Amino acid sequence: MSEMTPYADVADSPSTADSPSTADDPSTADDPSTVDHPGTAVPAIRLIGIAKRFVSRRGTVTAVERVDLVINEGEFFSLLGPSGCGKTTTLRMIGGFEEPTEGQILLYGRDVVGVPPNHRDVNMVFQSYALFPHMSVYDNVAFGLKRKSVPTAEIRQRVNEMLDLVQLDGKADRRPRELSGGQQQRVALARALVNRPRALLLDEPLAALDLKLRQAMQIELKRIQREVGITFVFVTHDQNEALTMSDRLIVMNAGKIEQLATPRDMYERPASRFVAGFIGTSNILTGTVKTMDGTTAILETGVNESLVVPEATGLIAGQQLDLTVRPEKIVLSAEPPGPGLCGLRGRVMEVVYLGTSTQYAVKTAEGADLLAFLQNASDSSDVAARGDDVYLTWRPEHSLCLGQTSGAQLDEEAVA
Amino acid sequence: MSAIAGLALEEAYENDHRPVTVHKPKRKGFLLPIWGWLVILWLSSPIVVMIVFGFNDGTGRATSTKWNGFTFKWYQNLFSISDLTTALGNSITIAIFTTLIAVVLGTLMGVALGRWKFRGAGSVNLLLFANIAAPEVVLGAALLSLFLTLNIPRGYVTILLAHVMFSIAYVVVTVRARMSGLDPSLEEAARDLGAGPLVTFFRVTLPLIAPGVSAGALLAFAMSIDDYIITSFNNGSTQTFPLWVYGAAERTGGSVPPQVNVMGTLIFAFGVIVAVGGAVANRKRA
Repeated sequence: MSEMTPYADVADSPSTADSPSTADDPSTADDPSTVDHPGTAVPAIRLIGIAKRFVSRRGTVTAVERVDLVINEGEFFSLLGPSGCGKTTTLRMIGGFEEPTEGQILLYGRDVVGVPPNHRDVNMVFQSYALFPHMSVYDNVAFGLKRKSVPTAEIRQRVNEMLDLVQLDGKADRRPRELSGGQQQRVALARALVNRPRALLLDEPLAALDLKLRQAMQIELKRIQREVGITFVFVTHDQNEALTMSDRLIVMNAGKIEQLATPRDMYERPASRFVAGFIGTSNILTGTVKTMDGTTAILETGVNESLVVPEATGLIAGQQLDLTVRPEKIVLSAEPPGPGLCGLRGRVMEVVYLGTSTQYAVKTAEGADLLAFLQNASDSSDVAARGDDVYLTWRPEHSLCLGQTSGAQLDEEAVA
Repeated sequence: MSAIAGLALEEAYENDHRPVTVHKPKRKGFLLPIWGWLVILWLSSPIVVMIVFGFNDGTGRATSTKWNGFTFKWYQNLFSISDLTTALGNSITIAIFTTLIAVVLGTLMGVALGRWKFRGAGSVNLLLFANIAAPEVVLGAALLSLFLTLNIPRGYVTILLAHVMFSIAYVVVTVRARMSGLDPSLEEAARDLGAGPLVTFFRVTLPLIAPGVSAGALLAFAMSIDDYIITSFNNGSTQTFPLWVYGAAERTGGSVPPQVNVMGTLIFAFGVIVAVGGAVANRKRA
């Protein structure tokens, strides 16, 4: 991912973790303070080979391992991953609360490693909000401006504007503890944004809110981000949140970036077994390559079955292959798949009515468990019942190659 | 003065252990209330005697044990015994200086111990505990031996050093409790918003640990003005209020001048005002 120019199509980039980082980018190798590419905007945030290791008596713990990343100006960018994957540590390094063990952090081209948080042009929204309990809402929001010796009249105007933006006008004299969780959250947002930072860092800011409020705040956050046009870097472990809010996102696992993509590509084209399992519900199948037709792999299957995987580059006949199919791409039918379609035989084990859709759990002839979601359209009744023998069919382009099966990937399945 | 100390400790404790409302079973009958009032009477009788005898008319050399009629003359002639006045002055100034020094040093220690893990933190905590747990006789004798070895003349300064030494641990303990209950991201937020380390300390950390600091200050003041044992080891020829009163009782064969009762009453009144004021402020905050 080293060669990520800001507007490169990143969807096709595979897992980035072990790609050599600076080999093909001379500017980062030589002088990182002048990464100004002629004709390209300087990225808001650029991480080059960032690593963070904590040394304790019990040994060294690696929280973040050689992360390279470019975040563009005005982008809503999310860091998504399970707890302990290094996403918060990465965010805290950008904010200046942790120093990287290795690597560089460029804010608009300037290396800020070693610069304390009060001298960085970014602001943070903390998971606990960290509102000053001994100050009014107004004084909380004005805190940053007072430190910069902004004239009092201007402070008053900017604080009031910001309280309007987060819909808290009239609450200026309250103490934080007199506000609800959602209101406190908005004060925290206003307190950071009023400083007009070059990037806003958000550390799981919605985690403490209940579901309804969280969904309302997601929309609110997007609106505010559009209005102020500031780069948002958003850390979350909630995949729905990341998918609905982000322009682009990364999925992190064990201190490394698994994939960088737009939400749609992340869902439609997961680059690894981990991502496929972490984002949404995935059916993961393993098969043996029978023949290769160009880059399309044709897998060994039973009678009346067909399993082809396009874009299975670099594989040869006889190798084991992992592939994934999203449950909503699968259609159930009594007849064998038509020409050009993928299809497997199976028996319906469970039918679960979910309102807008029905979920079918099907066991294939080979013993794999697959899920299929079928929309409950107005004219449809249940297409199959428990115990029915059916064909699961889908279009070949929905078979996504996750690469050759390896031991490590099988281990990750437990995590996913 | 121990009233202050008690309230200060209670406040420092309460900040970290918000009481859970427990429904205590009610007890009927009259024996328990009577017993309770008897205990209160027993505990407060010395104070009541002291207050009453501050208003007892008499000759003035020693407190009469007989009631001779009500008078304000001991209040009017409060400072007529110059040695006693000097001793009281010493006690008050030593208590003030002790409080100032112990609060500054103790707060710094409490903040460090409450915020960070570092090599030596465990040993410091153990030493603080030892300081609180050690009998006063041991501390007093050890200090005397130290001052003699170093050939430091005993007097006002050695009393002050001794008082700072034994009261600092109480400040550290109250500040540390407050500090470890403080969300570290509050200080990070201040740094994030452009405050340097000093501004962060004075604008965010100190206001938030202020209840712990003031509880520590009250404790230090109360313990200093109270102290007899450690002071008696290290006072040289300098007198403090408790030392003078004890000495006077010895000299006159079992009696003290009425001014002592008056001073005791005033110190007690001051303690009650501070304690009640602290409790009210605490309730307002909560």
